[in-house]
Amino acid sequence: MTQAPQTTRVPHALDKPVELGAPVSPAERTARRRALLEWIAVHALGVAAALFFVLPFVFVFLTSLMSDSQALSRDLVPDTWEWGNYAKVFDTPGFLTWWKNTLLYAGAGTVLTVLSSIPVAYALAKFRFRGRNLSLMLVISMMMLPPQVIIIPMYLFWAKQLDLSGTLWPLIIPMAFGDAFSIFLLRQFLMTIPNEYIDAAKVDGCGDFKTLLKVVLPMARPGIAAVALFQFFYAWNDYFGPQIYASENPGAWTLSYGLESFKGAHHTDWNLTMAATVLVMAPVILVFFFAQKAFVEGVTLTGVKG
Amino acid sequence: MSTHTLRAKRRRAAPPTAAFMSPWLVGFSVFFAYPLVSTLYFSFMKYDGFGVPVFRGLGNWSYVFNDYPMFWPALRNTLWLVVVMVTCRVVFGLGIGLLITKIRTGTGVFRTLFYLPYLAPPVAATLAFVFLLNPGTGPVNSVLGDLGLPTPGWFTDATWSKPALTMLALWGVGDLMVIFMAALLDVPKEQYEAAELDGASAWQRFRFVTLPNISPIVMFAVVTGVIQTMQYYTQPLVAGKVASGIIGGSGQQFEPGYPDKSTLTLPQLVYNLGFQRFDYGSACVVALVLFALSMAFTAFLMRRRGGLIQAGD
Repeated sequence: MTQAPQTTRVPHALDKPVELGAPVSPAERTARRRALLEWIAVHALGVAAALFFVLPFVFVFLTSLMSDSQALSRDLVPDTWEWGNYAKVFDTPGFLTWWKNTLLYAGAGTVLTVLSSIPVAYALAKFRFRGRNLSLMLVISMMMLPPQVIIIPMYLFWAKQLDLSGTLWPLIIPMAFGDAFSIFLLRQFLMTIPNEYIDAAKVDGCGDFKTLLKVVLPMARPGIAAVALFQFFYAWNDYFGPQIYASENPGAWTLSYGLESFKGAHHTDWNLTMAATVLVMAPVILVFFFAQKAFVEGVTLTGVKG
Repeated sequence: MSTHTLRAKRRRAAPPTAAFMSPWLVGFSVFFAYPLVSTLYFSFMKYDGFGVPVFRGLGNWSYVFNDYPMFWPALRNTLWLVVVMVTCRVVFGLGIGLLITKIRTGTGVFRTLFYLPYLAPPVAATLAFVFLLNPGTGPVNSVLGDLGLPTPGWFTDATWSKPALTMLALWGVGDLMVIFMAALLDVPKEQYEAAELDGASAWQRFRFVTLPNISPIVMFAVVTGVIQTMQYYTQPLVAGKVASGIIGGSGQQFEPGYPDKSTLTLPQLVYNLGFQRFDYGSACVVALVLFALSMAFTAFLMRRRGGLIQAGD
């Protein structure tokens, strides 16, 4: 499946244009009334569900604009709109450093993951070699492995042998060696590219590397976009990694890790904590609006058979 | 084609495979195979990060299963989450998926609104829910109180902390919605038309047309849900920390599980044993339990051919 799922319209009694004055049979009138009632019921449910999904954002945002004292009350709407709360969050020592670190982790990590995962995914999708199925099964196993399973030896490796604790490098460097989830997702995408294109390139005298670069990659752009987005969000959201490797050095904290200590430092200031929460959520949501299609496609791809 | 050219061809085809696979081969060895073997090794050793590991036999295993007070509560919580949270998420995700395929006006807007919370960074989403469900002044209890309904302690009450986490998980159901939506739209229209001609009710159409068609995807959602539950770490840990008020910088060390071990999960035990108690050996025992459970469900996922993840071609 290469197309983002669209809700295709099924023929429906309400679709027929209403011809004023034209005679309507009783059967058709009943069908129309039933369709209208169904429309109302479905959309009422839709609005109720939408409230469940949206109201948490709304309450968080409203609280982020309250004064210190009002944020401790049961009020839902600010009396005075304190936009200065956001300036106060940025003035908090470290907040800008967390932003910088998060961008480094997410940015460098994403580039490295994409570069290292593409050739592996291509080999798994299009090469025939002994051990291919075994490799794919191991990739899936790695994908499903909780990071905590191997954290003790990994921590000892990075901290005791390479002396890199207190930095984000133990999280960034492994991404240069392929990420299981990205490999799997890209492989699923590359499977959908017809072999004829690759064969044609071979006939034209392209080697495997040139075929990948000139023929496959341009066609795989949506898949690569999905992988890059997922990886960026993974790093942006990661809490466990920075907690293990960076907690001892606040200069290396990321937003997701720092946000929690922000609450610790502003014990009762729910307004500032919620403003910081908004500032951590906002970039993710903005990126989503610009890349919605790639994202939805990626989610679907992981759930569709290969 | 003669065997000679075939062999020449195969020889020419061999090098690129290794070259293309090389990043992952290194990654697999250094970041998967080696640490797994090492975890097994440390599970028999007494080691606190300093000095030399000392052989301890099955001592760590017996400590974790018999004397470590957090192991069984964590396992019980995991079972609760598998039964309640995963079920709720799959049922709710399917419901939202069905709803979105029925919505005819403003579909794009609804779909985006339903999907957005899934993207909220876990720490931020957890902080938001601890605030929303704050027992005294949170919006949810304010509304419940005004309606004369009981106002639970949510993240501060051992009976309500897991239901509160379940609500957080339901809020982020967007991934399942998208998967179910795609599956529902793949159900052949003719089958619905045939069922309608036979006079099937809406429930019968769902039961005898929709469900059989999407059952592989339901299975996929359940099994990946179970695997995700094994990894459930950030939300319960952050919720416990923030709700208890013991966060880094306050001088106290937070013992995961607040309130009353009710939010403990297995990955948090690895953190607690390894990075708070510096008992790397026992941490590796829990890690291996976690490994065995995750791999059992992953194997199940891969063995079901023809619907779930297919390894072969």
